[in-house]
Amino acid sequence: MLKILYFASLRETLGQGAESVELPAGVTDVGALLAFLVARGGVWETLAAVKNLRFAVNQEMARRDTPVQGGDEVAFFPPVTGG
Amino acid sequence: MTIRVQEADFDVGAELAALRADDARIGAVATFVGVVRDVNEGAGVSEMTLEHYPGMTEKALEAIVAEAKARWNIFDALVIHRVGRLLPTDQIVFVAVTGAHRGEAFAACEFVMDYLKTRAPFWKREVTPAGARWVDARETDDSAAERWRR
Repeated sequence: MLKILYFASLRETLGQGAESVELPAGVTDVGALLAFLVARGGVWETLAAVKNLRFAVNQEMARRDTPVQGGDEVAFFPPVTGG
Repeated sequence: MTIRVQEADFDVGAELAALRADDARIGAVATFVGVVRDVNEGAGVSEMTLEHYPGMTEKALEAIVAEAKARWNIFDALVIHRVGRLLPTDQIVFVAVTGAHRGEAFAACEFVMDYLKTRAPFWKREVTPAGARWVDARETDDSAAERWRR
């Protein structure tokens, strides 16, 4: 299983902050996971249009080519605005 | 190093006293306090809510402070960042760095803030007369962090 988290404007747009999914066949990195999520259609297609979408894998900043495997925690969020 | 993410306000004087703790090696304490303004991007702001990524936030801040300690000859650093609902004039963030001399303390303090702004997972949602909106990241924050790259 993958634990997937969504924060801030993404959480609001998608209508949920967290979900668990079985690691989809063929998904080995963040970019492929994003493509899988977008392919679910509907509101998920908005993920493809988010400008400067950011990722974390196991609570570390990640990139589209960062590997993903079962048991990982993957987060999607907009650029950070703290401080 | 001390990292705290909390809803409660903080007392700068008490925090500084605890950080210094009568350590006679300390010759410089550099600090930064971030505060909620009542205006942003041309609109009045009546309140804001800070969301974060529990777990990652603390890790990210610890990594930033660890890098500051590796780059500069400083003794200790403290980062406090508030989350939840905040009003104009409320304190948001506090960074304090102790060292023997001001140059390294100033630089490390500014570095921690610049990296915090671009790497720590916090998001601001502000309420304006036109409704609530998520604050957009600023390019100037990216360029401020970029100048520390090496």
